[in-house]
Order: sequence, then structure tokens, then C-alpha cells
Amino acid sequence: MTLLVLLGISLSFAVVLAFLGDWKYAPEVNITGSAAACATSILLALQVYLHGPFTAGSNFFFVDAFNVYLTVLTAFVSMTTAIFSRRYMRVEREHGRVGHWRMRFYHAMYQLFIFAMLLALLTNNFGVLWISMELATLSTVLLVSLYRTPNAIEAAWKYFILCGVGIAQALFGTVLLYFAAERLLGVGGEALLWTNLSHISGQLEPTVLRLAFVFLMVGYGTKVGLVPLHNWLPDAHSEGPTPISAVLSGLLLNVALYALVRCKVLVDGSTGSHLAGRMLIGFGLLSIIVASFSLLRQKDIKRMFSYSSIENMGIATFAFGIGGPVATFGALLHMLVHSLTKSAIFFTVGHASQMHGTQEMERIRGLIKGSPVVGWAFILGTMALVGMPPFGLFASEFLILTATIKEAPFLAPIILLGLAVSFAAIFRRVQPMVTGVVPPWQKPLKAAHLPVILHMALVLLLGLYLPRFLSDWFHTTVELLK
Amino acid sequence: MPVSFAAQINSVMAALILLTAFGLLIQRRILGLLHLFAWQGLFLGISTAIVGYVTGVHHLFVSSILTLTLKVVLLPWILYALIRKLNIRKEIETLVNIPATMLIGIALVIFSYHLTAPITQLSSLVTRSTLAVALATVMLGLLMMVTRHHAVTQIIGFLALENGLFFAATSATYGMPMVVELGVALDLLIAAFIFGIFFFHINTTFDSLDVEQMAKLKEGD
Amino acid sequence: MIAYSLLIEAVQVLILLFAAPLFAGWVKTVKCRMQGRTYAGVFQPYRDIARLFSKEVILAENASWIFRITPYIVFGVTVIIGGIIPLISTDLPFAATADVIALVMLFAIIRFFTALAGMDIGTAFGGMGSSREMTIASLAEPAMLMAIFTVSLAGKSTSLTHMVQVMAQGELLLRPSLAFALLAFIMVHLTETGRVPVDNPSTHLELTMIHEAMILEYSGRHLALMEWASMMKLFIFSALGIALFCPWGIAPAEDFPGMLVAIVLLAAKLAVLGVILVLIETGLAKMRLFRLTEYLGSAFLLATLGMLSFFILE
Repeated sequence: MTLLVLLGISLSFAVVLAFLGDWKYAPEVNITGSAAACATSILLALQVYLHGPFTAGSNFFFVDAFNVYLTVLTAFVSMTTAIFSRRYMRVEREHGRVGHWRMRFYHAMYQLFIFAMLLALLTNNFGVLWISMELATLSTVLLVSLYRTPNAIEAAWKYFILCGVGIAQALFGTVLLYFAAERLLGVGGEALLWTNLSHISGQLEPTVLRLAFVFLMVGYGTKVGLVPLHNWLPDAHSEGPTPISAVLSGLLLNVALYALVRCKVLVDGSTGSHLAGRMLIGFGLLSIIVASFSLLRQKDIKRMFSYSSIENMGIATFAFGIGGPVATFGALLHMLVHSLTKSAIFFTVGHASQMHGTQEMERIRGLIKGSPVVGWAFILGTMALVGMPPFGLFASEFLILTATIKEAPFLAPIILLGLAVSFAAIFRRVQPMVTGVVPPWQKPLKAAHLPVILHMALVLLLGLYLPRFLSDWFHTTVELLK
Repeated sequence: MPVSFAAQINSVMAALILLTAFGLLIQRRILGLLHLFAWQGLFLGISTAIVGYVTGVHHLFVSSILTLTLKVVLLPWILYALIRKLNIRKEIETLVNIPATMLIGIALVIFSYHLTAPITQLSSLVTRSTLAVALATVMLGLLMMVTRHHAVTQIIGFLALENGLFFAATSATYGMPMVVELGVALDLLIAAFIFGIFFFHINTTFDSLDVEQMAKLKEGD
Repeated sequence: MIAYSLLIEAVQVLILLFAAPLFAGWVKTVKCRMQGRTYAGVFQPYRDIARLFSKEVILAENASWIFRITPYIVFGVTVIIGGIIPLISTDLPFAATADVIALVMLFAIIRFFTALAGMDIGTAFGGMGSSREMTIASLAEPAMLMAIFTVSLAGKSTSLTHMVQVMAQGELLLRPSLAFALLAFIMVHLTETGRVPVDNPSTHLELTMIHEAMILEYSGRHLALMEWASMMKLFIFSALGIALFCPWGIAPAEDFPGMLVAIVLLAAKLAVLGVILVLIETGLAKMRLFRLTEYLGSAFLLATLGMLSFFILE
């Protein structure tokens, strides 16, 4: 029941905002919708925490510790991003970069996107998972090209084509999965349900699942942004409005990784080998190295942080591939804190680029002097992102490295190299941006303080002390992902 | 209709689908591409209907009608209207030369046959031999997208890829569950509207639909 | 009995020799009718050949022995090919040697000598025709081989007589591999016999010629033999197509009345095939030369698809 309310909220707000999107108080409506969704998701989480996993809607939905924690994260970040978007889009509207129809479209698609992600997380049916991933892609394609500049259109086209093709491969993988499952579970929707599949994963035909996983890896891996399927990501995340970049980087990548991990559990259960895990390790490592070295060459601020997203997703993928309690715990924590940190950074970056009228890092200077909250939040967020203690990313990366040294010690230097390079690359750019004198082309504006302060506080908290219920949660999830 | 005769007709349809996939690969004129795509959808619909008739899986009739409406009527009509509105020149050049493309296509067919051989052995369905053709159609659609640099033809390649996926679902598993198929059809329709809007944006911004111009976003520029 | 098969062989060669000009005349007549022109009658090719035999041979001063010997070689090899293909019966004394690879090799001999003769005198047009012919052949031969191999997969042997026997006795099945092979074979047929859309047989413009350019220098009985050989080639290719894809009616061994029926059926099938050929010729325009690579590539593609369909779908 709570579940249906949750999904219903996002969908109905999408419809409402399609009409009201350019009203003076439309951003407030957006915030209300997201806040309601957030509250409902917390209720849902409490249900799972107290009563354990359950299915709903005659087996159509399934909620367990893994996806409910991501659901709460998604709803929470979408709420804070909505708060940020209020100030940000006001400025964009004033500058004339977005018109009447586009505001309506923006707000409606924002809520539809949240709906698609929640549906992907909560559904029990692999087919519906695919459909909602595709829907999430489609709802954001036109948002990336919202500003209608040649670069934006190019980025959106690449996003559309590359993600469309990738997701089509995932559909083929789903068909193969259905084929393997149908022989045991019979024809019909039953054969695609996670609850059924997880019970019989040992009996599914290994050859078919191996082939299916290759396609699923290519498909959902494209959405996660794993190298070499990542070409769309830097463009798409840097060209759209910043709230969209924040939710794409912070949330959609997580949902895609969730889909990938569910498939991995099935496949490893069926083949008995560690093929899926090894593939995840390989792709994860490749992403870490390529992304961290690419960071050295970036000139556009949002592009740089998109590559950082690729790297962090690579770390999480790698950790899921290693498997085992410590690494999985680290991966889950990493997904959580990266989401919070990256969206916080995008909040500050958004305001910084608005203040200077450009996204080029050479032209952004003197943030701390010009707008102290934005400047300090930016430097602290960057410190969190590169993995400095006492922030949360240090804790998760530490856990992951510990597990790596235990399971596959020769891989640890590679990860350390990646982390070191990204540290240097990002800091080299950020430090001149926050210090120094205020340049003459910087324009002051009213920034959204609350979201970024909230996120940074959470990240700091999670770095210092993991609350009891959260660690319980992670432990339950780790058990599920055995 | 005895099962073996239906299986033969299904094989003929599969061969025709493969033929249209190759035809899409080497056809130069945009209207020719549209017609070939419509034919491919028609063969797909007929194949689905036959499988539904023989195996008694009735929701295949529904998906056959859905395919016919969407892929033979609606999508080609949308594309035709877009082409007319955008005043696109009727002939386009391909990237790699045509005989080389054909050879790569043949190699992909052999590759997909090799890839699906273990599944074909496991399957007990009437339609199992057509899974290789389905995967080959997917790969040929991909090849078409890679070797073309006009936005409309890339989209047609994408749609041909989806055709292959749909055919794979029918060959391997007698069709996905109805809810999944409806969802996929809905996604396809939304994608159709989105790329329609896209064409207008690209045309307005770049004054042509040549995708090669959209290669400016590079590293460190 | 050996004598019986020798008799059939003789009958077949005679049919080839004397029905080939008739077939060529039939094709020309139908084409004229379709294009609304008056025609000279189905027997005109006979008159042409007889006229050419009565004319004097004019040789260029620098013509070598190749130039003089080529017409005889071409004519002889064409007759040999005609003796191998099962036109009316599968009971031929050379059945064991009637392998498709041997067939293609024999065609290659004809082409080799014709091309050499074209270049022999040293004129520009002859060399041009020869080089074009060789280019086309290098693309057409794989396509033809592939098409016939596809049929041989269904017929389970590369020997022509075996193939025809198996095909004639098999049930009527819908075989996509054969359909593809048939399309490819038609495309190759048009290429090898020099019809539109590859080469216009009735053109007088030297720059557009391919086959005609190579025999431009011949006169008298040499030209008669070359023309007769090209008519026989048209007949052979058509009969080959019929034997591979439509073999019902070809008499098995030891069946004399069956053989008479086979002759009548062959005539009927060739008549229909002639009309189809003309329809294709009048409906299409001659392709530009550089498009031929795509055309023949498509033929090869179709044939390969046929072969792949056989493995995948059957």
C-alpha cells in the first residue's frame, strides 16, 4: 500500500507539473512532491526494517533491504535537488535560458524521471526493470538538450543513441534470462520475478546465463558508465541543467548498478563460478584507471566531475565484483556517500558556473571570497570526494581496499594509483577556483544553502560514525547478496 | 496447419527478415529504407501470428497485431511525415563502402549463429532455429547505425535492432509476458516521439541532419 | 547400357547445337514484340550464322595463333559443357565428371581464351573489353560457385546429375536457401550471358561493350563460331538454371518415352524462361560499370545467405 502511494505521488506530480510547470510557485510544488515521496519512502523503509522483506501488488513489487535503502536515498536526494533546483532554475529563468514551455517540460520530466527510478528499484519483474530503465533514459534525453545549444544537442543525441543501443543489449539478455527461467518456472510473468528466480538460481542453465550476463553487463553497464561504454556520460552530465546532472550522476548510476548487481547474484548462483564477479572486477578496474587519467585533461568543470562519477562507480562495481561481506559493505556505503557528495558538489558547481557565466574552470576564481557558502562547500565537497578522512568516502574506500588486499592483493596498487591520480587531478583544478581574488565577471546570486549543507553534514557524519540502524541494514543486504 | 509446415513458413519469414536486414544495410535511398523497414515489420508480424496459431499461445496474436500496427503502419508513417517536413535529400552516402559492409554483415551472421548454437541445442521450441537470425538482425542493425552518418538512417538502424530483439523474444521463448511486451511497445512509441522532436532540433541548430557535424564535444578543448 | 547413354548424349549435343540459335531467336523475338518493333523471325540467328560461314576471314597482320585458335577452342569447350549438363536425362556417360567445379573451370577456360583474343590484336577496345570481362568474372565466379554450392547442400553432392536426381525426387518444400540461391543464380546468369543490366547485347557503342568488345575483330567463320558459342552459352546457362531449380521432367535412366517428354518439357520451360529474361531486360536499365561491384556483391551476399540459411534454418 505504502509502495503504491509512493509511486503514485511521483506520477501524479509529474502530470500536475506538466500543466503548472511555469507557475511562480511551481518549484515549491516540485519540492512538496519530492518531500512527500521522501517521507513515504522512509515509511516503507521502516516497514522493511521492522517486518523484513515483502512483496506487494500480487508479486509485482518486491521490497527488501537492498532496494529500500536505495529508494530512500533516491527520494531524499531528489528532494534536496528539488530545493536546489528552485533557486537554480529561477536564475536560469531570469537569464532567459529557459522559456515557458521548457519550464513545464522540465518540472514534469523531473518527476517522471523520479517515478521511473523508483519503479526500477521496487519492481520484482526483470522485464519491468528494463522498461523503467529505458523510461528513465527517455525522460532525461530531452532534458539534457534543454538549452538547445549545438553542444547540448550533440550530447543528448549521443546519450540517446548510445544508451538506447546499450539498453537494447540488456533486453536481449533479459530475453535469454527468461528463456532459461521459463524451462523451470513455466510460461508467463512468473518466470521473470526476482523472488522466484533467486530461489532456483542454482538450477538455471549455466551456458544460457553466462551468455545472458554478457549482454546484461554490456547493457546495464552502459548505463552505469563503465569504460569502454562510457562515452555518453561526460557529455550528457555536463550539458544539461545542473539539477539534472546532479540526479543523473547521483541517482541513475546507482539504480543501474543495482540492476547489474541483481543479475550478478543470479548468474553467480547459477554458474557456481565467479564469472560475473570477475567481469565486474575487470570493468570496474578499467573504469577507475581510464577515468582517473582522463581527469587530468579536463577543462570543463562539470565534465571533470562526470569523470569522477565514472571512477567512483568503477570503485563500487569493483567492490561488488570482489564480493564477500567487507567489500559489499564498502560498496553499499560507497554508493550512499558518493551519491550525497556528488550531488552536493554539483549543487555548488551549478551556482559557481552561474555566477561566472561559464563552465570553464580557467574562468572560475575566488569562490570563497565571492560567496563564502558556495566556496567552502565546494572545497569541503571536493575533499570528501577525493577520499580524505574524516568524510564518508574515506571510510568506504578504506573498507574496499581492505577487502581487496585480502582477496586479490595485486589489484590494490592499481586502485591506489587511480585514487591518487584523481586526487591530484581534481585538487589541482579546484584549489585555484576557490582561492584568489574575485574576478570582475563574477556576478553574485542567491544560492541554495540548505541542500548542500545537509548533504555535507550527512557525509561527515557517516564518515565518523555509522548509525546502528544503517549498519544493520547493510549487514542484512550483504547477506542477501551472498 | 501441421507443425512442420508452420515451421517451414516461419523459417521462410526468418530468411526474409534477414534479407531485409541486409537490404537496409546496403540501401542508399531513404524512402527505400522506409519501405524495407515496413516489410521487415510485416514479416515479423506474420511470423509471430503463425507461431501463435501453431502453439496456441494466444497472446502472441495480440503482440502480432501490436507489431503490425506499430512497425508497419505507425512508425514508417511518422518517419515519412518527418522526412517530408524536414525536406531531406533523398539519397545519402554510407561511411564504409558497400561490399565491405556486406562482408562484415556476413561475418556477423556467422558469429551470431555460433553464439546462439548452445541455446538452440537446449531449446525444445518449434522456433529455436530462428534465434540465430534474430541475433544477426540485432547485430546488423548495430552495424547499420555505425556505418551511417545521417540521423534518420541511424534511427532506422535502431528500430531494426529493436525488430531483431522482438524476433528473438518470439524465437527463444514464444514471446515475453504481455506486460513486458506492452511496456516495450510503449517505450518504443515514446522513443519515436522523442527522436521526431530531435530531428527538428538538430535540423534547426545545424541546418542539416548529418551526424558528423556533431562531433565537437571532445576532451580538453 | 552404355550405348543407350551414348545415344542420349548425342541427342543432347544435337539439341544444344541446333536449338541454341532457336532459343536466342525466341528471346530476340519476344523482346522486339515487347518493345513494339517488327522482328525478323525466330529463325534469323540460323540465317546469320550461315551467312557468316560463307564470308571471308580477315585477320589483322599481327594476329597470333591464339587469335586464330580461340574460336575453335571456345566452340569446342561450350559443346563439352553442353554434354555434361543434364538437359533431358540424368543418364549421361560423363555423369561422373559432371561436377560443378569442373563446370566453372570450363567456363573459365572459355573466358580466358576470349579475353586473350581480345587483347591479342592490340586495339584499345579489345583490351578494354577484356579487362572489364575479367573484373566482372572475378566477382561473378564466387557468386555462381556459392549459389551452386547451396543447391548442392540440398542435393547432397556436387555432381550435377546427382543433384538433379535428388532434387527431382524430393518433395515440394519451402526452402529459403534455395530461394536465395535462385535469386543469386539469376543475377549471375544475367552477368555471364551478358544481358541487361550488366551488358547490352545489342549495343553498337564500343565504349559500353563488354563481351562484344572482345570479339570486335573477328569475321567470317571465326565470328560465326563465336556467335554460335555465345548463343549456346545462353542456352546452357538457362538450362543449368532449370536443371538446378526446376528439374521435374528430366528423365531418369533407361526411360525412352520419358526422354521424349523431357524434350517437350525442356522446350516449354525454356520458352517461359525466355519470356522472363525479356521482362527483366526491358524492365531494367543497364548499370554503370562501377555499380557492378555492388550488384555482384549482392549476388554473392544472397548466395552466402542461402548457404547460411541452410545451416541455420534447416
